[in-house]
Order: sequence, then C-alpha cells, then structure tokens
Amino acid sequence: MSPMTKKLGIYVCSGCGIGECLAANRLTEIAKREFAAPVVQSSRAFCLEDAELIRNDVAKGVVDAVVIAACSPRVNTDVFAFPGAMVERVNIREQVAWCHPAGDPEAQAMAEDHLRMGIARAAMRKAPTPYTEANERRVLVVGGGIAGLNAALHAAAAGLEVVLVEREARLGGAVARLRSQYPTRPPYRAPERTSIGQLIDEAQATDRILVYTGSRVVRVAGQPGRFNVTIARNGSPVELIVGAIVLATGWKPADKARLEAYGYGRIANVVTSLELEEMAAKGSVRRPSDGGPVKTVALISVDSPADEKQIPYAGNVESLVALKQAIELRTDAPERQVYVAYRYMHAPGQNEYFFKAAQQDAGIFLTRAAGRAVSEDGNGRVLVELDSTLLGGRQRIAVDLVVVGTGMEPASPEVEGLNLAYLQGEGMPVNRFGYADSNFICFPYETRRTGIYSAGCVRKAMDLAESAQDGAAAALKAIQCIELSSAGAAVHPRVGDLAYPEILTRHCTQCWRCTEECPFGAIEVNAATRTPQVNPNRCRRCGTCMGGCPVQVISFADYSVNILSSMVHAAARPDGDGAEPRVLVLACENDAYPAIDMAGVNRATLPGSVRIVPVRCLGSVNRAAVAEAVIAGYDAVALMGCRSGEDYQCHFIHGSEVLKTRMDNIREVIDRMALGPERVQYLEVAISEADKIPGMLNDVLAKARALGASPLQHAAE
Amino acid sequence: MLEAQHRSVHRSIVVVGGGIAGISAAVEAAEAGYEVTIVERNPYLGGRVAQLNKYFPKLCVPTCGLEINFQRIKKNPRIRFLTMAEVKSISGRPGDFDIMVNQRPRYINDRCTICNACAEACTQKRPDAYNLGMGTTKAIYLPHTMAFPMKYVIDDAACRPEACGKCVDACKYGAIDLAMQARSLRLKAGAVIMATGWDPYDAARIDNLGFGRSPDIITNVMMERLAAPNGPTGGRLVRPSDGREVRRVAFVQCAGSRDALHLGYCSAICCLASLKQASYVIERFPDAEVTIFYIDLRAPGGYDAFSRKIQASGNVKLINGKVAKIVETAGDLVVEAEDIQAQAKRRVAVDMVVLASGMAAALKRGKPQADIAFDDDRFVVADGTAPGIYAAGCARSPVDVATAVQDATAAVMKAIGAIQTAARG
Repeated sequence: MSPMTKKLGIYVCSGCGIGECLAANRLTEIAKREFAAPVVQSSRAFCLEDAELIRNDVAKGVVDAVVIAACSPRVNTDVFAFPGAMVERVNIREQVAWCHPAGDPEAQAMAEDHLRMGIARAAMRKAPTPYTEANERRVLVVGGGIAGLNAALHAAAAGLEVVLVEREARLGGAVARLRSQYPTRPPYRAPERTSIGQLIDEAQATDRILVYTGSRVVRVAGQPGRFNVTIARNGSPVELIVGAIVLATGWKPADKARLEAYGYGRIANVVTSLELEEMAAKGSVRRPSDGGPVKTVALISVDSPADEKQIPYAGNVESLVALKQAIELRTDAPERQVYVAYRYMHAPGQNEYFFKAAQQDAGIFLTRAAGRAVSEDGNGRVLVELDSTLLGGRQRIAVDLVVVGTGMEPASPEVEGLNLAYLQGEGMPVNRFGYADSNFICFPYETRRTGIYSAGCVRKAMDLAESAQDGAAAALKAIQCIELSSAGAAVHPRVGDLAYPEILTRHCTQCWRCTEECPFGAIEVNAATRTPQVNPNRCRRCGTCMGGCPVQVISFADYSVNILSSMVHAAARPDGDGAEPRVLVLACENDAYPAIDMAGVNRATLPGSVRIVPVRCLGSVNRAAVAEAVIAGYDAVALMGCRSGEDYQCHFIHGSEVLKTRMDNIREVIDRMALGPERVQYLEVAISEADKIPGMLNDVLAKARALGASPLQHAAE
Repeated sequence: MLEAQHRSVHRSIVVVGGGIAGISAAVEAAEAGYEVTIVERNPYLGGRVAQLNKYFPKLCVPTCGLEINFQRIKKNPRIRFLTMAEVKSISGRPGDFDIMVNQRPRYINDRCTICNACAEACTQKRPDAYNLGMGTTKAIYLPHTMAFPMKYVIDDAACRPEACGKCVDACKYGAIDLAMQARSLRLKAGAVIMATGWDPYDAARIDNLGFGRSPDIITNVMMERLAAPNGPTGGRLVRPSDGREVRRVAFVQCAGSRDALHLGYCSAICCLASLKQASYVIERFPDAEVTIFYIDLRAPGGYDAFSRKIQASGNVKLINGKVAKIVETAGDLVVEAEDIQAQAKRRVAVDMVVLASGMAAALKRGKPQADIAFDDDRFVVADGTAPGIYAAGCARSPVDVATAVQDATAAVMKAIGAIQTAARG
C-alpha cells in the first residue's frame, strides 16, 4: 500500500518512558522506509514545546495528515488538535511501553505494528462532509401539563419558537384537576398551591409559543433539524416543520380493575386518590353514596406484594399524596379522623419533614399495614381491614370514606404520543417499565429516538416539582440537538462527530438488516428504490449498520470495514514469525480500550503478541473485518465490549448484544476456512476492570496456543 | 446606539462543583453553545461518584459514564475547569456576574507525564483522602488511578519543601514547581450553577453506633472504597482491623438521617446503597450473611425491582428496627436492635458493620458570599435565591445520580433562559 495523496507527517514521541522501553529510531525508520512519509520527526515530548513543530508543519502546508505515536488517544486531545489537518493517534505509551519490560523485542514489534496500523488508517481516512440541510429551530412540545408547559416556557425564554400541542380543550393536564401539591419549600410542612394557573397564563401570553389545544400529533417523519409533523387540530390537519420534540404526554391512572381487591368498584364509598383530589378541589368532601359527612377516612396505599407490577408506576408520589390528603382532610375538618395505611412510606429528602408533620397531628393515625375495604354496613360506613405487620394482628375499623392510591402509568408513547413514521415503529422504544429507554443513570434524556426527549410522567412517575424540572431539562436537550443538528454534528455520546454512514446502494442486496439493527431507527427504506436511506441527524455514529451489513456497503468517511481491513493487513503477521500466537484485539473505545489503558497506567504486564485496535462499539465490527484478520495470519481475534442484557452498559444500547448474535455468523465464516471457530472470542469487560485485563488477554493467548498456529500464516505476504 | 446602552451580557456559565451534577451541567451547557468554567475544590473532577464502586440499580461502574463525560470535556474547547479552587463570592445580576475564586497551588504544571518518579523519591506520607483515610499516599501523589485531570499534586500539609525537594530532582520533565502560589481569580459569567454536592455525615457524632471505637465499624462511603478494584484493598472485602474476610455484614440504616439530633431529613439513597453493597458481599462470598436494620425500606418506583432482586438472593435478612448499640465481643461485633415486627430484642454477631451515614450539604462546610437562600439544613432553596443563580443535585436536596443529572440539565436551561432574557434587555 502506498500513501497517497495525503501529506503525511509522522511524529514519534519517546517521552514518558517510551524511549526507555522502545527504540524510537526504529519506528521513525519504518515511517520513512515503508511509508515514504515526507515528514518524520521525533521528540522527547511532543505534548510540550515540540507541539509547535507539528503546528508549524501543518501551517506551512507540508503536512495535512498528522500521525502521532505517543500516548493514548484518550489523553492530550486538546494539545494534539491541529486545525487544517487530520490527526491520527498511535498508542505506544499506555498499551505498549508502560506494560512491557524495557527492551522487550515483542513490545518493539507491537509498537511498530501499531504505528503501521495508524499510518494505514490515516492514509485511508477522508475528511467528512457534514450534513447541514436540516436546520429548523422551532421546538414541538407535545402535552400541555406541568412538564410540557415548563418545557415550552423555558425554550421560549431561550429565544426559540415553540408549538405546544395539547389534546384537551384546555392547558394544564392532570395538575389542573388537583387541589394542591405537597411542599417544595421550607419548612416543608404544609401543602402548597400549584403553579399551573400561572404557567398557563404565561404560556398564553408568550408570543413565541403557539398553542394548539384540542389537537394531537398524528404523524412525525423526518429527523432532528427537520421533523415533518402533522397535527390534527379540531379534526383538520396542520403541517409544520420542527427541529426537535419534547414528549410530555404525562400519565394515566393505572387499571382500576386491580383496585377491586381493595373494595373499589364494589363499595360506593371507596374512591381513588385522584377522585378525592377532584372532589376536594371542587369543594367539600362528602360520601359518594349519600352525600353524607365524612368524619373518618382511611387512606390506603396500593402496595401489597400482589401489586408488585404496579409499584414502579407510583414512585414516591403515592406515599406523599396520601400524607398531603391526610393533612388537608384534617385541616378542612379538625374533628375528622384519618387513618393512613401503608407498607413503605416513601418520603425521601426534605419530604421527611412533611411526614413528621403528619406524625405530629393527633388526628392522623399512621399505620404500617396492608389495608383493604371489606364491606359496608347499612349506614354507608365502610369496614376496613388492616393487616398490621407492625402489631402482628388484624384490626377492623369503620370509616365513612376509603381512598385507595390511583397508581400512575405512562401515557403510552405508542398510542398517545407521536405516531412516528419510522420503520422501527410508531412509539419510543421502552424499557421494562414502559418508559422511554435510555442510559438512564448517567444520561437519562438520551432516548433511542434522537431529537425526541421525554419529560415528566411519561418518562417516570414523578411529582409536580420534579416534572417542572424535567420539562426544563428536556427543553435544553431539544435546543442542544437543534444547535448540533444544524451544523451536521452528532449528539451524545459522539458529540460533534461530522461523519455519518454512507451506503453504496448500487451493491446493496436490500436485506434491510441495517434498518432493523440501528439502535436509533436512523435508517429508513427509500420508497422508490427500495434501498436503505440514512437520516444523518437521527444517527449517533455507532456503526452498528456498518457492522451488520452482509455485503459491506456501509461506511463512514473516517471509519469503514476497508479501513479496519487495511489496518489489519498493515500489521500482518510475517511468515513463520515466532512461537507466540498473534492475537488481534478489537476493543470498544468507550470501556474496554480505556480499561487496557488503565492496565498500562497501573504498569501491569500485558502479553506482547497482541495488537489492539479501538472500535466505536462492538456493534460496528463486521464479520469481514474479522475474517481479514484471520487471513492476515492472526491466530485469534478477541472482541472486547461492554456488558449486554437487561442492565446493558453499551452506550449504543445493544452493540455488544448484536455482536453476540453475529458471533455465530462470524464463527461460521472462520469455520468454513477450516480454522476452528474458537479462534474468535467475545469478551465483556467493564472500564474499571483494568486488573482483569492481563488475565483476560493471557487467557485468549492460551486458547490460541492450544489451537496451534493458524494455517493461514503463510498467506500473510 | 441602543445596543451600546445595554450592559454587557456574558454568554457563559460558571459551575461551582465538578461532581456528577457539575460535570453534567458543564457538558450540557457547552454542547448547547455556551462557554463554561467549572470550579472544583478537589484536585480532580468527578466528586463523590468518583469514589463509588458501582451504581444502583444497574450495578454498573461510575467510571463508564465519567469517561464519556471527561472525553466530552476534553474535546470541547468551550469548557475549562479549575481544580483546587473555591468560590469566595458571587455578585451581580443575570448576564453579568462576578465570581471571585481562590485557587490553591498544585505545585505541578502541565508537564506532568504521570511517570511516578516523584512519588518514588518522596519521603513524606499523608492519609489517603480519596480512600477516606484507609491507607496513605506520598505527599506528592496521583489522587487516584482514573483521576481527571491525570496529574500529580502535592499536599502542602504533608510536604517539607524547604528541607527536601527530592521530587524536583527526580522529575525529568520539569513538572514540579514548589514556588507555586495560591492565586485569586475574578471570573465573569452570565449565570451561575451551584452544584456543590454533599459530604458524608460525620458518623463519629452518632454516639451509640461506635464509629471510631472499632475500625470494623465503617461508613457506606468507606465500603465503596473497600469494594472498588482501585481501593485500598484492591477490592478484597476484608476487615480493616485484622484483614479477615467479611462474610457477615450488618448495615445500619438511617445512621444520622431521619434523626432530629443529626439530619432531620431522609438522605434518600442509603437504603438503595446498602442493598447495592449487600450485592458486593454476596458476589464475593456465596455463603454471605447480610443483615439490614431499617426504619422504612425506601426503594421507590423502578428501584423496587432492584430491591426485590437483592432480597431474592437469600443472603439478606431485613430487620425492621433501630439499632441501639454495637459492642465488641470475642473478635465479633454484636449489633443490638429492637425488631419491631417480631417485638423482640435482636443481637446479631457480624464481622463488620456498615453505617449508612447520610448526606450532608457540602455548603455546611462553608458558603460563598452570595445572594443564596438556604433551608435549615443548608440546602439551597430557589425562593429567595437571586435570579441567575441556580442549584442542582445534592446542593438542593439529597438525590441519586439520575436525579442529579436531571437537575443539572434543568439548571442549565434556567441559566440559559436568564442569559437570553438579559440579552434581550
């Protein structure tokens, strides 16, 4: 392979102990001899004053592709950024010099191969042309409750145009039906008025917010920066284009059938907490059966073990609403007696003070018990059975009114949400609780539909204060997505990446696997040509499409099967070389690769016959790239990625999962070459498991040793 | 001309605190197009989560998300950060704040290549703060193996610069500057986000629980360090006193929290943290016996499934009751408690006790001079705090990581709204 139209500059660093372990001059010789690079330099520290040497070469125009053999690409990214040149980093510090004994010939060979691979990649990478055709800045907010109103008002305050769509005739959502909310400010002891009326007034008075009530979204097509939205407004369609979407469709009461076990539906004076709230908001609380006074009340939490599936849907809200209603029922009528039966009292944070306030009220009887309404007597009173775990016995009380927890389910994005015109389905992909899937601990807003951010109770059961925060947060994500999309740049986690998948449709067999495997639904089928079509702004640049394509027609300007293959061949095993098996490690750059770096930082000893190539995600590994490694004479290939399954760790949702399913296919290919399918191994590793890296790699090596040398070694020439 | 009459409006945000809330706020703001400066007290970013072994409920490692966020910081020229720095005062108005910052000297410049030659030469030791005093480091040290920025630092309380200077001789890169001085900086910003986080409540103040009397009574944050692969024991769960493996562990919930004498509020995360830590014991020792003493088991919403999963292991016993005292007998620790459900006294012998000590607002240690309103526990409240200053995460309320990130993102939106509103005049 001969480079090429690029003006290569190869910079080999010998600082940080590199020079003590490796012969840097042999690396520069390779750059000159094998690649005829016009500029080859070495330094004791390119990250310090000598960065100027590189900067000058770029400024003079003698170099436009910089290859720096030094530290890991994870560090010094800001130092080694040279506008006007592409930069390729070759890791000879953490993964070579720091984890091998000084003067080790294997380490030297490893560093040389890493340099060859880096130069091969630099030679083949193209500068991406960003996709900048979608740059509409308007935000669509679906749902006019507390979360949606907050999203709309905040986006408008930041200067964006907003379209707020509400299904009902009036704004306000569920909150408008509530009497009050539990406390948000010190001393956290008394219920507060909600801010909903004020928010509605503000939204209606804001010029930048266009309110569509009595409307629903019937279709969303397109991509961030240019979603084509159809809204049915009082029955007639309205078409508009928006840049990003906040989904704040809220919650709905859980199935009432489950409340029958508590007496609801069977006994007239058993109501849900939402029904009580509405009754109280309208005026006085009376018995539904006869309008009689309510002197005693039992508030029952619906959290018995039998309701296991429902529990996630209420969060803290059910406990705190019960406390609020108890306090209000007492304030309204001081002679009233209120029982609160619960299994767990969820009063986190400062809500504890509110719990205290209820405990200090002599008319509120808090009891840890499973409660249910059993029957009614002739006078409209309800008999309640309290099965007390605390006192170890059963207790019966007669009350005028029983209130059971309503339960909150997400208003299904599938049915009441956006009607996405996406090949992968109309709804947001959801997790096991029915909420939009995301890396929900660290990155709770990163849904699998780029540019669409869920907020409020459609995302998680939450209270008013949290919904307000959530609406604001989702609006920020929408604004951010608009900013980045208009520049053709990726959003989280490969923020700013300008390259996107390009499909050589001429050679596409129309299997559409890419459209199915994309974790983000970024690829549609072109109606006219029947070939896949990428929506660049939906894409998060993981390369899962590239990894799955059976005919390898999907690539990025700077990342492709061809690039990986040429890297592998650049570090092909010389014929008859050495006794140790040669192993290619394709390591996920998010977790596995940093873990290997950390093994180096910890000065662990790693085997020298491995060659390590970072990949964006295991999902981007194509069987052809693995086959090329075997053809190039590698004895084994280790694929290192993140944990898969229910508690997946993959930043691209299911990269390692799809790779696992692809393994059969990969092994079959290797098997057809009569090489033994176990030459390819799949390994999961967490970023913190640097201590396990030496063992894992030695294990791969031991297995390769047991298999014997690859018979294809001679083919490596 | 009208433009010129407007006060200057800075399209920038100062984030006070570089823990998970602060880092999240910084990257979210920068990726929306705003300049950000993070002011962090420690010599590294990451805050409390950098000390955690795993997150509940996924039992995944915090470093995974931190790595992504650190990469976002490194690659985004809009973000800069100051370590070892504290905000002294905040004054001004939305669009135009002055933030005064004091920065302590690190004594290490940008030339550090983490070669460790300095630490090998150093003769002085200090308690390892990152590991909560379990073990020591040299006076010149790398805060931890995943530290960002990955740079050494000198603890000037432990170093003897005038008498020694061995590290300076050992450093081949000229990275050590013992003459480095503390400095004051004035930052300008359009808005400020307080993401100052939390401190573990001082368990020694809870008399009956014996923290400090036996080394085998530890706090939940110490437990995180013990279980971490880069912790003082390399992740081996052994007793600090004699190195014996800990198969029988008691967790004491509400150690300080929900207690009028200590923290009146609920720290919100300790039940889940103890359930998570129970999994650390169980994954190491299949015959582990874990006892959790609790008042209410608070695992709301989706966390309920996690709670059930841990309980289903069969190694966890839950006892509803407050712990009266912990005594040492024959090499064991005996936890005495009232079992409310069984209406009986319980005595449980264990190898180690973990106190689920609560989260205290870090601003209790000291607060900047600023127009910020607090509740009695010194959590920031929005009412009364000046417009343009917003609190996020545990500065506002004790919360889990996901909520801290949510809060941080919301605070950025408010900050941007304040700046844009100021810009419109």
